[in-house]
Formats: sequence, structure tokens, C-alpha cells
Amino acid sequence: MRLTLYQRRRIVNVVMLGVSGIALVFGLFWLGWILTTLLQQGFNALRPSLLTQMTPPPGSDGGLWNAIVGSLLMAAAGTAIGTPIGILAGTYLAEFGRRGWLAPATRFINDILLSAPSIVIGLFIYTVYVAQVGHFSGWAGAFALSLIVIPVVVRTTDDMLKLVPDSLREAAAALGTPNWKMVTFVCYRAARAGIITGVLLAVARISGETAPLLFTALNNQFMSTNMNAPMANLPVVIFQFAMSPYDDWQRLAWGGAILITFGVLGLNILARILFRKNA
Amino acid sequence: MMAPHDSAAAGIPETPDGYNTNYVLNSRTPIVAIFPRKPQQHRRQHLLDLLFKNTTRFFAFLVFSILVAILISLAYGSTLSLQKFGLDFLFSDKWDPVTEQFGALVPIYGTLVTAAIAMLIGIPVSFGIALFLTELAPNWLRRPLGIAIEMLAAIPSIIYGMWGLFVFAPLLADYVQPWMIKTLGKWPLIGVLFKGPPMGIGMLTAGIILAIMVIPFITAVMRDVFELVPEILKESVYGLGATTWEVVWKVVIPYTKIGVVGGIMLGLGRALGETMAVTFVIGNAHLLSASLFAPGNSIASALANEFNEATGDIYPSALIELGLILFLITTIVLALSKLMLMQLAKQEGKKT
Repeated sequence: MRLTLYQRRRIVNVVMLGVSGIALVFGLFWLGWILTTLLQQGFNALRPSLLTQMTPPPGSDGGLWNAIVGSLLMAAAGTAIGTPIGILAGTYLAEFGRRGWLAPATRFINDILLSAPSIVIGLFIYTVYVAQVGHFSGWAGAFALSLIVIPVVVRTTDDMLKLVPDSLREAAAALGTPNWKMVTFVCYRAARAGIITGVLLAVARISGETAPLLFTALNNQFMSTNMNAPMANLPVVIFQFAMSPYDDWQRLAWGGAILITFGVLGLNILARILFRKNA
Repeated sequence: MMAPHDSAAAGIPETPDGYNTNYVLNSRTPIVAIFPRKPQQHRRQHLLDLLFKNTTRFFAFLVFSILVAILISLAYGSTLSLQKFGLDFLFSDKWDPVTEQFGALVPIYGTLVTAAIAMLIGIPVSFGIALFLTELAPNWLRRPLGIAIEMLAAIPSIIYGMWGLFVFAPLLADYVQPWMIKTLGKWPLIGVLFKGPPMGIGMLTAGIILAIMVIPFITAVMRDVFELVPEILKESVYGLGATTWEVVWKVVIPYTKIGVVGGIMLGLGRALGETMAVTFVIGNAHLLSASLFAPGNSIASALANEFNEATGDIYPSALIELGLILFLITTIVLALSKLMLMQLAKQEGKKT
């Protein structure tokens, strides 16, 4: 009787652990499948004309250059707007907000914003900006993207500054360093790698975002670097082309997909390597 | 802090520029006597401090107010629809841009059903992965495997959508769905979920893809909370002769229950609001159907598909109200998730 109980426990153990291993394989399986599909389909579409020509009308050859430029411009503007706001807000949470209600409340709300549906953020910028000025624009897209950058940067800045040992702050204070110098010259330096990682992760996140751009930047068939006009961007072009019935549009969509995915994965890995080397 | 003239107050002779010389230092010498500051310099630093602190406080407040700003702007944008349809909006399955009759029942139903499928698949898989990575995998494997799973979260959602539309849905329609209709479709009660033509595109496909997308998020939280269990607690149960599974089921899970649920809620919040992947594969039909194979619509995909084409006043307003509903639901779910994780952090250190 004892032996059978023991055996049963052993069997349950082996089965359950086996199932957990299968779960891991299950997760990795999808990753492998998606990446293989991308490589298969995208490789045919990768050709130099992607980087030299504009998005074509259906039935003719073309590239994605205007969309790539638009994406880079909006991602750069979104990061440039969101990063300073995020770092400063994160600084308050970690350095000055140890007492009072603002820091814990902001931290709570920031974590909700971190996972908020990105399409609602697009809708928000639409109602407060696009509908007011009366036209879609690259700036609207950049604002929407910056709203996605901010929570990521706030979170990492807050976390990384909290990792800086208090003894460093006390040492600085003991030398009579004013607070602002202590934060900028001591804490920021100590947390630099982590904060940069956060910014990189935010850039990776916004490079693939489609939903917030649908109602803000819209799309543009032509090359445009005017941030005040509708602007082409890779994700929306991929969306439009992939949903179309035309073969050559779909092929271009796969080309864009492979560019975006490996760009984003590359940024993610770069961020990790950078963080590990400095940490 | 000490006043700028403390060196004078301490009876220390000063030079005209504020620095003292010829003075013997001892343990009672005030700091400012050693490193005195000029009065204006001190005042300037004090001002800069105030400026810096209040700038950061301003931006923190800005972040704090984003959530409320989104709520207010969406409520403002949907005023027309709120006034016209009132509470009926939630329970009506009409969606007719021509007669301008709108109801949110179909998209809400689609959102909830796809998220439910995602949770049904995603929770056990994430639990298995987290268990494997925290308790079983050898140390050298944990990092690479963990990163590979995290990469699932890095793939942009539009890629999931394309892959789902071109690769996954046809496969599902050709092989999996006919099989499901033949077997599961004959079961009592749940059979009705698996009826209808196998088209590949529909709520089931959307739910499965959502499941893959939420796995990395739930796994990450579960891994984090599993790591919180004190080693000594696990070791003592191992010492009593428990198997690894028993340690997990009877020690790790009860200890981290709230955190695990918090992680699940986080995944749920993500699944509810996911847009592009769902838009590609859900079929975008305003149909209320019991079958999971039928095309449907979710709030996010209705917005993505229709908002730019919405003309008139009431149509966009109804869509913005959909957005408002989605935002309210996800905010509540995510807030609950956060509260649960905070609860776990608070418990830590008390319970052992």
C-alpha cells in the first residue's frame, strides 16, 4: 500500500513536470513557426528596391522607402518627446516621492498605462489633437507614440534609480552637494545603463505599433517629410497591403514585416546586451 | 541645513570672500567652516533644487493625469452617442451605419469570448513555462529559454496578424476545424460552440493567437512571484520527502496565489485590448453567434476597421464610446491585477 502511494506520487510528479516541459516547447514552437514563416516569405521580398522606391499603386513594382522614412521620423519624434518626460517623472517617483500621495498614485496609474490598449491611445490623440486641428499628421502620430514611450521610460527610470544605493546619495549629500546635482551627477550616472535600456525597449515597442497610428498619422502614398501632413509608416502600410487582394502588395507587406520584426528583435537583444555589460 | 553665515556665528574669522584661514579644526568645527559657501551661491543652489524638484513633480503629475485625460476626452467624444442610446448601447446587437442605430453587444461579446479562449489556453501554458523555468531548468538554460519566451512579446502584433491570416487560419480551416466539428461538435452542451463551416477566420483563431501573445506576459509575472518563495520554505518541504510537483502545488502556489492571479489579470488586460492581431483574423462581422468558428468582431478591431471610414456625427461617436468601454474594462482589470501584486509584496516578510 505504501509503495503504491509512493509510486503514484512519483508518477504524478513525472507527468506534471513533463507537461510543464511540453508547455515550454509549445511556447517556443510558435516563436519558431512565426520566425520561419517570416524568413520564408520575407526573404523573397527583400530586395534593394525596398529601400529605393516608394510604395506603388497595385499592379506595379515599388518599395517601402517613404514608409521607412516616415516610421523613423515618427519614432524619433515620439522618443524625443516621451523620453525626457518619462525620465523626469520617473526621477520624481524614485528620488522625491518617498513621502506623499503623488508618487504611489502615479506609479499605480503608470503601470495601468503600460498595458493600456494602444488603439485607445490613438483614439485619445484623435479627439484631442487631430479632430481639433482638422487633419491627420506626422506630429499626431509622434504624440501617440510618445504616450506609449512615457510609461515604459517612467517605469525603468523609477526601478533603476531605486537600485542606486542610498550610501551614494548620502556620500554626495555629506559633501554638501545640492539635490539636483546629486541626482544628475550621481544617481543618473549610476543608473545610466538601465535607463538607456528602458529607452531602447520603448523604441522597440513603438517601432511595431500600428493601432495608435491608424487614426493619427494615417498613411501617405508619397514621400513626405512634412510632420504636419499625413505620413506613411511601415506598420500601417503593412496592414493595408497585407489586407489587400493584390499579390505584389502582399509581397511588399512581407518585406516590411521582416524588416520590422528583425529590427525590433535586434533592438530588444541590443538592450539586453547593453544592460548586462554595464550591470 | 545650516545658514550661510554659520562660520561667522561659530566665531571663525573670515576672509573677505567668505573663506576662513588660520584656524585649527577640531571635531566640533561645523561643516560649513571647512567648506563654507558664498551666500549667493547657496541661494542659487537652493533655487535650482526647488526648480528641479518641482519640474520632476510637474511631469509626474502630468503622467498621473494622462489616465483621467483619456477618460474625459473619450467621454467628450462620445457625448452624442451616450445621449442618443443611453444604457441600451450596451445591450443592443444592432450595428447599422445607414439607419444610424448602434449597439455594443456584438463587439463586447467578441472581445470577451476571444479573451476567454486566450485565458483558457494561456494560463496553463504560462504556468507550465514558469514552473519549468524556475524549478526545473538547469541554470545555464534559464536565461536563453527565458529570453526566447520574452521574444514572443517583442514580435509586433501586426506580424501575429499577418501570420495568422496567411498561415495559421488556412491550416486551422483545412485540418483542425473539420476534426473539431466531427468530434467536439457532437458533444452535448459544448457541441454548439464547434458547429458551422470551418472558415479558419473567426473567434477561435483570434483567441488562439491572443493566447500566444499573452503567454510571455503571464509567464513573466509568474516567474517573478515564484522567485519570491523563500528557499528555506521549499527546502524544508523537500526535506520531508515531497516531490518537486508537490512542492510547487502545495507550497509555491499557495504562497504566491495572489500574485499568480495578478499575472493572469495582467494577461487578461492585454488580451482584451489587443488590436491588430485580432483585426486580421476575427472576420469583422457584426454577428452574434454561438459558434466559435463564426466570424465576429471585437471592440478594438471594430475601431481599427471602421473609425477612418465612419461618416456623419453619430457613427464616430458610437465608435468612440466603444473605445471608452474598452478603456474602462481594461483599466479595471489592470488595476485589480496591480492591487493583487501589491498585496503579495505587502505579505512578503510577514507570512514566513
